[in-house]
Amino acid sequence: MANSHAATHWHHFDDLEHQQQATLFGMWIFLATEILIFGGIFTGYTVYRIAYVADFEVASRQLNLWIGGINTLVLLTSSLTMVLAIHAIRQGRSHSSALHLLLTAALGTTFLAFKAVEYYLDYRENLVPLFAFNPAEWAALNVRPEHVQLFLIFYYFLTGLHAIHLLIGIAVVLILAWMMHRDHFSAEYHSPIESWGLYWHFIDVVWVFLLPLLYLIGSRAT
Amino acid sequence: MNDTSSTKTYYIVYFALLSLTLLTCALSFVPQVGWHATVGLGIASVKAGLIAVFFMHILTADRLPWLTLLAGILWFSILLGLTLADYLTRASLSY
Repeated sequence: MANSHAATHWHHFDDLEHQQQATLFGMWIFLATEILIFGGIFTGYTVYRIAYVADFEVASRQLNLWIGGINTLVLLTSSLTMVLAIHAIRQGRSHSSALHLLLTAALGTTFLAFKAVEYYLDYRENLVPLFAFNPAEWAALNVRPEHVQLFLIFYYFLTGLHAIHLLIGIAVVLILAWMMHRDHFSAEYHSPIESWGLYWHFIDVVWVFLLPLLYLIGSRAT
Repeated sequence: MNDTSSTKTYYIVYFALLSLTLLTCALSFVPQVGWHATVGLGIASVKAGLIAVFFMHILTADRLPWLTLLAGILWFSILLGLTLADYLTRASLSY
């Protein structure tokens, strides 16, 4: 079993701590590139948001804030369970850590399930450009249908890219939970858990920004 | 890694995050004023800051992660800043 002998470091590092610092540094560099992937789409969105302020606000109001809000709470909870999983393995409590990793994956899956329902409801409400969209109903609201479609395309691309990242995160967390169950990690060595924890929190932060940018840009007062 | 917070800290930060989420949703029901976007992004930034500091442990003895995050934000600022510098100064061009 992995914890019946001291963990050794790879020989191109001075010691285990050096290796762990390098692992985390590598994940942070990756996250910086992720800032730029989402940042590119955010920039495009900002340009058109400024161009078509009123139309985007009207379109934003049609998004399902109930599901968006609940999903935010679900993802924040998953960040809590992830940090508790790391906290547990730092103290060598691998069973607790594995359980919290499973909870994290379950909450992430819950987010995706709600997202799927939300996409279906969007389809039912004619909010899908090309597939389910009625230009006339938007013209009646005094907005340009093309601008609404543009907003919706940004919405689907941003939330879709986020969902793909989340799916990858869920798969990795499940694998890590399995490895944890098989005693691959200890208080001394668990850097994959730490670095993928960073990835998970980053996915949460992206969603934290998506919520106001997509759902809350105008007033929802009726 | 010697930058562990206590479980209590994690729960306090978590409830702060939940509260800020409810706040930002509630504020969107205020009748139309000009600040919805700014306030929304401001609250989101606070939430992101809480996650970065307390969950991701960005402020540790090792400064490399902090520099890396700063670099990412810097480059994104250049992307957004120079793009807007272009678009916001195109007088009456419709596009």
